[in-house]
Amino acid sequence: MGERMHDIRLSVNGVPHAATVPARRLLSDCLRHDLGLTGTHVGCEHGVCGACTVLVDGRPARSCLMLAVGAEGHELTTVEGLADPGGPLHPVQQAFRECHGLQCGFCTPGFLTLIAAYLEEHPDPTEAEAREAVAGNLCRCTGYTNIVAAVLRAAELRRAGPAAVPEPAVPAEERP
Amino acid sequence: MKPPAFDYHAPETLAEAVRVLAETAPHGSVLAGGQSLIPLLNMRLAAPRHVVDITRVPGLDRVGTGTGGVTVGALVRHTDLAADPAAAEAVPLLRQGLRLVAHPVIRNRGTTVGSIAHADPSAEMAAALALLGGEVRVANAAGTRTIAAADLFTGYLETSLERGELITAAFFPAQGPATGSAFAEVARRHGDYAVCGVAALVALDPDLRITGAKAAYLSMGPTPAVLDLTEAVAGLVPAHGPVAPGDSDRYAAAGDLAAARTGPDAAADIHATAEYRTHLARVLTVRALREAGAHAVSRATERAAAGAGRA
Amino acid sequence: MSTRMFGAPVARTEDERLLRGRGAFLDDLGPGALAAAFVRSPHAHARVVGIDAEDALDVDGLVAVYTHDDLSGPMAEPLPMLIPHPGIIDGRTPYALAKEYVHHVGAAVAMVVATDRYTAEDVAERIRVDYEVLDPVVGIEAAARADVVLHPGMADNVAAHHVQEVGDAPAAIDAAPNVLDLELDIERSACTPIEGRGVRARWDPADARLRVYSSTQTATGVRAAVAAKLGLGLGQVEVVVPDVGGGFGVKIVHPWPEELMVPWAARLLGREITWTEDRREHFVSAAHERAQRQRIRVGFDDSGRLLGLDVAILHDNGAYLPYGVIVPIVTSTQLLGPYKPGAYRVVFTSLYTSTVIVTPYRGAGRPQGVFAMERTMDAIADHLGLDRADVRAANFIRPDEMPYDQGLLFQDGRPLIYDSGDYPAALAAIKKLVDWDGFAAYRERALAEGRRVGIGLACYVEGTGPGPYEGGHVQVETDGTVRVATGLTSQGQGHETVLAQIVADELGIAMSDIVVTTGDTRRMGYSVGTFASRGAVTSGSAVALAARSVREKALRIAGEALEADPADLEIVHGRVRVKGAPATGMDIGTVAVLSNPLRYAFDDASRAATQFAGPADYDRAPVDPDDSPGLESAEYHSPLRCTFAAGMHAAVVETDPETAEIRILRYCVVHDCGRLVNPMIVEGQVHGGVAQGVAGALYERMAYDGSGQLLNASFMDFLIPYSSEVPAVAIDHLETPSPLNPLGVKGAGEAGVIPGSAVLAAAVEDAEGFPITAMPISPSDLFDLRRRFAAGEIAPLRRRAPRVPAQQQPGQERR
Repeated sequence: MGERMHDIRLSVNGVPHAATVPARRLLSDCLRHDLGLTGTHVGCEHGVCGACTVLVDGRPARSCLMLAVGAEGHELTTVEGLADPGGPLHPVQQAFRECHGLQCGFCTPGFLTLIAAYLEEHPDPTEAEAREAVAGNLCRCTGYTNIVAAVLRAAELRRAGPAAVPEPAVPAEERP
Repeated sequence: MKPPAFDYHAPETLAEAVRVLAETAPHGSVLAGGQSLIPLLNMRLAAPRHVVDITRVPGLDRVGTGTGGVTVGALVRHTDLAADPAAAEAVPLLRQGLRLVAHPVIRNRGTTVGSIAHADPSAEMAAALALLGGEVRVANAAGTRTIAAADLFTGYLETSLERGELITAAFFPAQGPATGSAFAEVARRHGDYAVCGVAALVALDPDLRITGAKAAYLSMGPTPAVLDLTEAVAGLVPAHGPVAPGDSDRYAAAGDLAAARTGPDAAADIHATAEYRTHLARVLTVRALREAGAHAVSRATERAAAGAGRA
Repeated sequence: MSTRMFGAPVARTEDERLLRGRGAFLDDLGPGALAAAFVRSPHAHARVVGIDAEDALDVDGLVAVYTHDDLSGPMAEPLPMLIPHPGIIDGRTPYALAKEYVHHVGAAVAMVVATDRYTAEDVAERIRVDYEVLDPVVGIEAAARADVVLHPGMADNVAAHHVQEVGDAPAAIDAAPNVLDLELDIERSACTPIEGRGVRARWDPADARLRVYSSTQTATGVRAAVAAKLGLGLGQVEVVVPDVGGGFGVKIVHPWPEELMVPWAARLLGREITWTEDRREHFVSAAHERAQRQRIRVGFDDSGRLLGLDVAILHDNGAYLPYGVIVPIVTSTQLLGPYKPGAYRVVFTSLYTSTVIVTPYRGAGRPQGVFAMERTMDAIADHLGLDRADVRAANFIRPDEMPYDQGLLFQDGRPLIYDSGDYPAALAAIKKLVDWDGFAAYRERALAEGRRVGIGLACYVEGTGPGPYEGGHVQVETDGTVRVATGLTSQGQGHETVLAQIVADELGIAMSDIVVTTGDTRRMGYSVGTFASRGAVTSGSAVALAARSVREKALRIAGEALEADPADLEIVHGRVRVKGAPATGMDIGTVAVLSNPLRYAFDDASRAATQFAGPADYDRAPVDPDDSPGLESAEYHSPLRCTFAAGMHAAVVETDPETAEIRILRYCVVHDCGRLVNPMIVEGQVHGGVAQGVAGALYERMAYDGSGQLLNASFMDFLIPYSSEVPAVAIDHLETPSPLNPLGVKGAGEAGVIPGSAVLAAAVEDAEGFPITAMPISPSDLFDLRRRFAAGEIAPLRRRAPRVPAQQQPGQERR
């Protein structure tokens, strides 16, 4: 009783990928286990926690609530696609680091993709707007205080532009 | 929590979609935004043998706004409907309700029609359709038909849709210039299904007196109940800010009426007792009516001002 | 001089990989493993009559199905009782797979191994288990009544019973001028890390070694348990803890049934196997905490000073007792907080129920104890008409009374002696932070606007950093890289950063040259685990000691090479140099080369070291008898007793007069965990703890029905707060160093959660004007209380006839 397999082509972080999956393969599992992009995490598999949030055509979506076969023809962005592997962090990543917006880091990729997309449309949020913007994702470690701060800091970094030198969160160590 | 196996169909025309649904009935489930179906699959609470993904069917992703109202295609996502200015102008209740539908990320994928088809009595868009007396357009193997909202919701997660039928669009009648609307909800967490919710629609005469008042109730029974509350508040002049003492009795009477009518169908669950839900129906009826009244006044006076400006 | 790292808000070393999606959590460890799933009991209490896998055998991709019948030897025996205690009357633990009986919904009955998790779930669904359904035992009352006894061979459901006494509490209470009785109730919640549990195992037949990856809080514990159960030598089992997506206590329990079954099957099949727990499994087969009923009788004088305190606790421990009675012991002892109780008696009875096991969740019994004591303090203040803060102050242990012996035995079996603390200073700080004295005026203004507000205060003392020990290993590589290892594990606390900060200062090395490994038995075989806010205290101290030892050796070796007195040397930026003559020195990597007399010139560092090679001394062995090759050291820190952190929280809430919704307007924390290694990380820990405290007070509870089904086993209905529900937190730190460790630190991980239910109950009570005795409280609960209050079923607080806006009640609307 073999299950029918589907050959699909997905565009993830601008890179074309091919995979052969059953129709029921969740996009989250396909990204993680078929394409090896394990940065996207799975926390509840019923769409509440948001750890699996990726961007579908630039818009945040729960990858655990999508079938991989349904993602063909769309441009997907995962946490791995926010910054070039060897390059500087994306402003949202940089802000999370500066503001201690992550602890265990498991929910973090979902927040990063969510906020990256949010700031594209809302480049200058207030604190209340920042708090509401992240209100659909669960974090069990941070109590959200520093995540909200990171949204605001990321907005600041974006406005300053890529050339701006990020403010160090700590006094730089002296080097010999 | 992985879905059970199913056969996947991705029809590329409406005719093909309807044909596949007919062929696979009653073992086919329609997949559009997936925000209701896929959680059920992942928990294996649903195990359809066939999933019919309609997202490749052309023509279902449009919002059409005319003088009569707003037609929302089956593939229109909540986010896109909420962003549509013409729809918001014709039926302000849509945007008022959509901001309460789960969280933005869910609204990015979830479809308005899908939510209606799911027929959850806690869903804002089902309540909006019921309150406005809208209808859904249905395609089937024989052709098309229309089902009025009043006839659509038959029970908890149940509709009068026949096997093999597909809702292609929902139609929300325009609210009219001298009407106002509002949603009032209490939810445990921001974005959760409401413990109790009220959508209210108020109509005014040229003297800004209430001539009609209706409310639809979320989470107060197996289907979205709609009550006519005109009798309780007819003749009142809605206002922003505090209510005159005499008026407050009239609003309270509307709340009492709502509690008396919806209370018997209210159920207890882990989040609320039936008594608390009934109490909320009373309190939120007053809040929603007052807010809808104030909204109606704003709309009527803006319209008048715009008219005067043109004259 | 270098910037001092200890005490600086250093950005975390961990972040780079986690932010780029390059973390390696259990389920990220790559393809190639089979997947496991478990058939779990749908019944709370039943006898397993038969298991039939016939229907599943033709599923493509099925590899194996196992039941208890397939197990033998130690694997067929019950799981170990981790922490025995004299109070335990009958300590039951589960089997790896159910043997005859299941005692809670979710108990593992059979294991499926298949090519992937989808298939494994298909198989699990097709396995038919016949049950003879038995009556469940749900709730503390039912367990205490014992109409149904859960475990065969027992006469009732009492797992443990324990009494601790200081003085004669009943007599002291009888003689007291004022006496109050309280009955309190706290419901179940759970750790609920966003990453569930998970295990992956690989048997290497050539080496006869087992590699186990587990999302655990204790690598060495899992290693010892797996070795014992599988009949392997300790040296044959390696446990490596990958990145862990939160623990909060649940992952200290070990071995989980799955943690044994996966390695067992991997060895049997010769295939690598992964089990990744899903969310539903986590709700019904991991662990919960908190549920207690408390009966309190207190005697006090007219200034509110405690004369006698008598507490009886009924504790719901769930179906089994694998972790012993740590939680009720912690409640019993930490209940005392910063106070002198006068005579004290505490009795707990720990009960079996047919529900998921109860093991420590961040705070570990303290939230319940603080709830008991702080509700008592508020009741005393109300009874006497005194300010709630003043009553607390009247009972404080004074700084000059430290160290203070409470006369009890703590969770670690050692005396409950507070090491240090300044509670009056903390109270002054929290009153200032929340504007305690200005609240009456604020309340008046709010009332004028028709708003109902209240303020609450709660204090706690938290024993942290228990032993018996942790180790630190510090090794300097010849390229100057410093490798640091400790055995305990990390779940987001930032150990890699904090331990590197400590080593950086001790050794004079840049943070960027330090690599920290935690939770890997290949690097550190002796360890206890991450729990009880002990990481910084135990591992922090251990790596500091190891780094000091390495430093001493580095100075000695460099001194010999440079012909300088080690006392005249310093290490700055990774270079050992002569004080006042910085040009004279050598890189610490060069010292590492010199530390090893076997010096093949493999690399630049070795070649560079040759210039320092002194003339051969034929009267000395190349390595002295009391020395060893290599620039490395392993040291252990074994604390005499716990360190006692403390803090106070204050909250202002607003309750909606109509809808009974509860909103936190302000949340303030004063926190004293001794010296702060990294204030940014400590504040993060406090923020996260407060969120879980708020969650447990206002949102989360495990809702079991009468048949023992968990009704809210999903994130839809188990209400973890989003950012929209968690308040901003104002924090003030005090630093009262601990005298018990070389760093002066105390634990910080759990503090934020501890007084949550106590402080929010106090604030809601203050807003409403009637006592709050059960938590959590939902709007529906508060509505119900208001109705009972209006009906005269609940007496008002004495301190003020509630001057609150009239509330709408059914049948008595405001007109």
